[in-house]
Amino acid sequence: MSDANERRKFLKGLGLAAVSLGIGSVAEPPVEAQAQPAAPPAMPAMPAATPAGASPYTYVFFNSTESAFVEAAVARLIPKDDLGPGALEAGVAYYIDGQLAGWYGEAGRWYWQGPWQQGTPQQGYQLPLKPSEVYRAAIPLINDYTQKQFKADFADLSAAQQDTVLSGLEKGDIDLGRLPARTFFAFLLQNTKEGFFADPTYGGNAQMVGWKLIGYPGVQPSYSQIIEQYTTPFPMTYASIGSYTEDNPR
Amino acid sequence: MAKKLPAVDAVMVGVGWTGGILAAELTRAGVSVVGLERGPSRDSNIEFAFPHIRDELKYGIRFGLAQDVSRDTLTFRNSAEQTALPMRQLGSFLLGSGTGGAGAHWNGQTWRWTPYDFEILSQTRARYGQGAIDEDMQIQDWGVTYQQLEPFYDKFERTAGIGGKAGNLQGKIQAGGNPFEGARASEYPNPPMKRSQLGDLFQTATQSMGYHPFPGPSANMTQAYTNPDGQSLGACMYCGHCERFGCDYNAKASPNNTVLPTAMATGKFDVRHNANVVRVNMDSSGKRAVSVTYIDLLTGEEIEQPADMIFLTSFTFGNVKLLLVSKIGDVYDPVTNKGTVGRNYTYQLSAGAGGTLDDKDLKVFAGAGAESVVIDDFNGDHFDHTGLGFLHGGSISASSSGARPIQSNPGGAAWGSAWKHAAAQAYNHSVGIGAQVSSLPFRSNHLDLDPTYRDAYGLPLVRMTFDYRGNESKRSQYLTAITTKILTAMGAKNVVGRGLPEHYSIVPYQSTHNQGGAIMGMDPSTSVVNPYMQHHQVSNLFVVGASSFPHNSGFNPTGTVGAMTYRLADALIKRYLKNPGFLT
Ligand SMILES: Cc1cc2nc3c(=O)[nH]c(=O)nc-3n(C[C@H](O)[C@H](O)[C@H](O)COP(=O)(O)OP(=O)(O)OC[C@H]3O[C@@H](n4cnc5c(N)ncnc54)[C@H](O)[C@@H]3O)c2cc1C
Ligand code: SF4
Repeated sequence: MSDANERRKFLKGLGLAAVSLGIGSVAEPPVEAQAQPAAPPAMPAMPAATPAGASPYTYVFFNSTESAFVEAAVARLIPKDDLGPGALEAGVAYYIDGQLAGWYGEAGRWYWQGPWQQGTPQQGYQLPLKPSEVYRAAIPLINDYTQKQFKADFADLSAAQQDTVLSGLEKGDIDLGRLPARTFFAFLLQNTKEGFFADPTYGGNAQMVGWKLIGYPGVQPSYSQIIEQYTTPFPMTYASIGSYTEDNPR
Repeated sequence: MAKKLPAVDAVMVGVGWTGGILAAELTRAGVSVVGLERGPSRDSNIEFAFPHIRDELKYGIRFGLAQDVSRDTLTFRNSAEQTALPMRQLGSFLLGSGTGGAGAHWNGQTWRWTPYDFEILSQTRARYGQGAIDEDMQIQDWGVTYQQLEPFYDKFERTAGIGGKAGNLQGKIQAGGNPFEGARASEYPNPPMKRSQLGDLFQTATQSMGYHPFPGPSANMTQAYTNPDGQSLGACMYCGHCERFGCDYNAKASPNNTVLPTAMATGKFDVRHNANVVRVNMDSSGKRAVSVTYIDLLTGEEIEQPADMIFLTSFTFGNVKLLLVSKIGDVYDPVTNKGTVGRNYTYQLSAGAGGTLDDKDLKVFAGAGAESVVIDDFNGDHFDHTGLGFLHGGSISASSSGARPIQSNPGGAAWGSAWKHAAAQAYNHSVGIGAQVSSLPFRSNHLDLDPTYRDAYGLPLVRMTFDYRGNESKRSQYLTAITTKILTAMGAKNVVGRGLPEHYSIVPYQSTHNQGGAIMGMDPSTSVVNPYMQHHQVSNLFVVGASSFPHNSGFNPTGTVGAMTYRLADALIKRYLKNPGFLT
């Protein structure tokens, strides 16, 4: 069984959200050390962890095949490694699920009238598919492909095989028929990074792991005291929108 | 049949900086003004409150404060040989909507343009001869000079509380300011912004190279400020969430905290939100605008609002669209070069260089929309263009506006563990030097109506035909080379120049500095409005904003938009109201 698959089964077996599993690893020194060498390691504003026994995440948009794919894919795009948690641990699959179930998935506020025509790259996205429909169409096509190549769904491949497939999608080398593979890959990568770096209120970036990785302090009232202090490090007290609202600490 | 309302003195189509300035000035002169704004009402105290306004996904990535393109967008093509296709999601620019328009979520870099800009044709001819001007390049003098605009620049700077350092006070060059600027009557109302480490390195490097660095002028308040109209603003906190966001400290000058409350206080200003204007109605002579028709977006009802004076203050695309769908004036035809509406569409371009400063703790998350150190040595005609193959130039700056994590997307398009390591390393050490570059008007770059695609109200979308020309490409190479040298002198490693791609693309964000299409000039056969932004044929119709700019400069537009609008207000109050007719 692959790493990704093992992790997925492990999470499901525990009946816990990956969000809460991510917590332990967040405090691991590499992330802090990497991002803020000079900052004190303590994180005073660190909110309480999700209480034990909190209910597991229930997917609202993805079916089980789709969620297995997305969990596996985001775990390769931003893997857990020596620097700490990756996209899976950060809850990015939940973030994408929420986005696709909402107005973004429905191409809310996008111009949506025909005629539909392929344009030049300079003319931007012109497919008659909403983001939610792109995922829904692509995932079975990718699983068909991996079944033919490797006799398994994408989620059940080894990490190395998954990387090969993702690269193939990225370069457009894998033929998904009428759906351009690169279009799907671009959505997937963009949404994965969004989920890793957006405010945790959207379900990803659990415990602000994305921010801690790069040393982005999050939602701070003011930087006016430090803008001209070039050599004094900023005391990295990471905070999210939820850090300021008692009922929703994240 | 549209419901017809009682007439008012003046109507503003759009309530941003232009509509707001005119509303404030006219209502104080006793004029009754109705503002029709297609977007929602925005209460800054609620909508821009901490911590919720600091939501990069909502505002920075999903453009929460910008125009809803499901209702109205435009179509785009690089050249007339292509079929224009709709801009289905926002990208290249972020059009404003709601109270304050784009002014509610701009950066606040507030410039005066160079004296050369207003007399570009005659000065270019005088210095280089007609031969330096491309046959297809349609530059022209504006019919208003920098000197004529100066008092109105000053007025806008005081209203918006601009922080900066004068470089030319009444003809005397001042240390620490921009020595290339036109003469100013007085200092900025506020001191310059604090300087970030990036700006400091830029300052030292450019100075040692013999250039003339100075702090970029800012509408992010550098201290608590009360403007001449009595509106109070707070001090900027360098929060790093400026462009695309509202300000939770009330520190970014916007129509919402300056001119709109001033207009409201008179009791003569009535703003109707969710009111999308679809037409300007003319009388049978075709010489007088009588009313506008709008759709109340809450009820779907069509409503006619008569007014003595009609102001199109709906930004470039809205202004041009309303002229075209109302069939006011002749549509520009790039083939015959006849007609005026849609002519000289221009857009702000960029060039620059990126690199890394691996040994510096840059604190890139901190910054303000207008925090910058700038050199103006390569803008306008401040350097000799002989033999360069292009005209004009750009301002070069090191800006610290705050690197938010999704938008700065550490590591670019890559992924995997290698990307993750690179991203963790790169975020706080990546630096960029940008050149904000002018674009000059060319015959083939223009706006008209799309033959196929329609907005939610059944009107054709505006169609943009735009691409770069040799002038732009050569200039981009030139400025990219300079930014590369500066960045290297700053000690940066891995320095890579970022010039213009071969073709303009509507996809990545570049700037919301869209100009032209209803340009000003003295000659009605090549311009839509006179130098007061008054329609050449319809004396009670005013087409206000950057749509009236005959070309685009190496600076952001809003300082000049504000000055032009105050100049119009002044002419209206001093002359037009007493004796309506063409302003000269
Ligand atoms: C992200 C961003 C950053 C920017 N940064 C800077 C900067 O640093 N410096 C600078 O100089 N400029 C900057 N700008 C540009 C600046 O915001 C604009 O130049 C300025 O706000 C233009 O003012 P305006 O009144 O002409 O138009 P707008 O502010 O666009 O206002 C026009 C209003 O008209 C409304 N409208 C349009 N059509 C209709 C219709 N048919 N019916 C009713 N209402 C309608 C719109 O909803 C809008 O509210 C920035 C813009 C953006 C989006
Ligand atoms: S950077 Fe300053 S002006 Fe801009 S939003 Fe933050 S506090 Fe306001």
